[in-house]
Amino acid sequence: MSDEPILSYRGVVAGYAKPVVGPVSFDLGPGDVLGLVGPNGCGKSTLIGALTGTSKVLSGEVVRKPGTTIAYQRQRPVRETDVPLRADELLRLTAATAEPPPSLRPLLKTRVDRLSGGQFQLLTVWACLGGDARLVILDEPTNNMDPDAVAALAELLLSSRGDRAVLVVTHDARFFTEVPARVLEVGR
Amino acid sequence: MTFAQVFDPLFRVPLANGFLLALVLPLLGAYVRLRNEWLAALGLAQVTAAGGVMAILVGVHPLAGSLGAAVLAAAIKGRTERSGNDVYAVLLFFGWSAALLGAANSTRGEELSHSLLEGQLYFTTWANLGAALALVTVVATAGTWLSKRLLLEHFFPESLAANGASPWKLHLAFDLLVAFSVALATESIGVMATFALVFLPPWVSFRIAASWTRALVHCAGFSLTAYLVAFVLAIVLDQPFGPMLVGTLVAGSLVLLPFRARR
Repeated sequence: MSDEPILSYRGVVAGYAKPVVGPVSFDLGPGDVLGLVGPNGCGKSTLIGALTGTSKVLSGEVVRKPGTTIAYQRQRPVRETDVPLRADELLRLTAATAEPPPSLRPLLKTRVDRLSGGQFQLLTVWACLGGDARLVILDEPTNNMDPDAVAALAELLLSSRGDRAVLVVTHDARFFTEVPARVLEVGR
Repeated sequence: MTFAQVFDPLFRVPLANGFLLALVLPLLGAYVRLRNEWLAALGLAQVTAAGGVMAILVGVHPLAGSLGAAVLAAAIKGRTERSGNDVYAVLLFFGWSAALLGAANSTRGEELSHSLLEGQLYFTTWANLGAALALVTVVATAGTWLSKRLLLEHFFPESLAANGASPWKLHLAFDLLVAFSVALATESIGVMATFALVFLPPWVSFRIAASWTRALVHCAGFSLTAYLVAFVLAIVLDQPFGPMLVGTLVAGSLVLLPFRARR
């Protein structure tokens, strides 16, 4: 069935030893962009952890369409001070074979530890969006970004939606004035 | 001794054995460094030295004891599910203590303890060379697969688990490979030379290489060059091989460090 959700959260309460967030329900289908918005510490990343296994589903259920591949850009992505991986090598890791956006092209031969925080953030976002994952999760993608980089990120999201689902977790609700998306407030 | 003795058939097996180890250890060392586990080689080398000494005390072949201890150490480390140097520091202290206590209570153990600490490359046999060849085959076969997953897991830690893979299996496979390599190397070239081959080439290459691929090439090139120079110098100057290799690697590092990648 073509309109079958790629991901469904049904009354999910997520946490560790104790509940942190929920209950939360939503469906995410092909081409959808969903923003999970809420202040820092409200449990947005815990909610995503229920899908990736870093937190527990204490009640409700997370249903993922069989065969769905996930690309996940974590909050505060790992950025080393002395690792000689080049930007294009990082993109190859995630099979991000699509043509990179103009803002990234001049950086492809640069070591990732020589990029600015915003450039590295944009690179890791593209590493997720430029591949063929059916579900892309971006956790606080606007961290470290100046307004120009945020605009570039919005453009990336808009230009690469296709038939994949994108879940954007952010404390910055203003981001969705630039990117049309359903917005779900967490922690209220 | 003279330079001509470098080509003595007596030294061919040791030369080939050390060459293979000098090729593989720094490549594994690059991923060990990536995982911020650069103490792994020293911790594991001490534990394998302890395993070799303990094996003698109970009448087992030292190489079997070393390999057994290495696998046990990797399993213990895997159980902790932690990356970083903490576990390897504990293994280092335990291995050092056990090796010296074991050596103090056995004449042959004391002899072996000295040889494991200092290295005995010139006395290695076809068995050592065969094991080193097997190691190179494993790394050549699984290296690309392992490399991609280790890098992916490092930069996108949740991606493997999110797609149904088991990160702990990857960690265990890598820890076992490192433990096995270190056990073989400790038996042949000693604790400190093993540590130097795992630590120094990646330390330098990470600073000067322009890409990951080039870093691996630098690691292998630097290590093999230093190994061959040390091998020749040790024979010609009639010096112990282990300290000569470590000294050559340190000197080479100091020469190479000022070079930095342009981008």
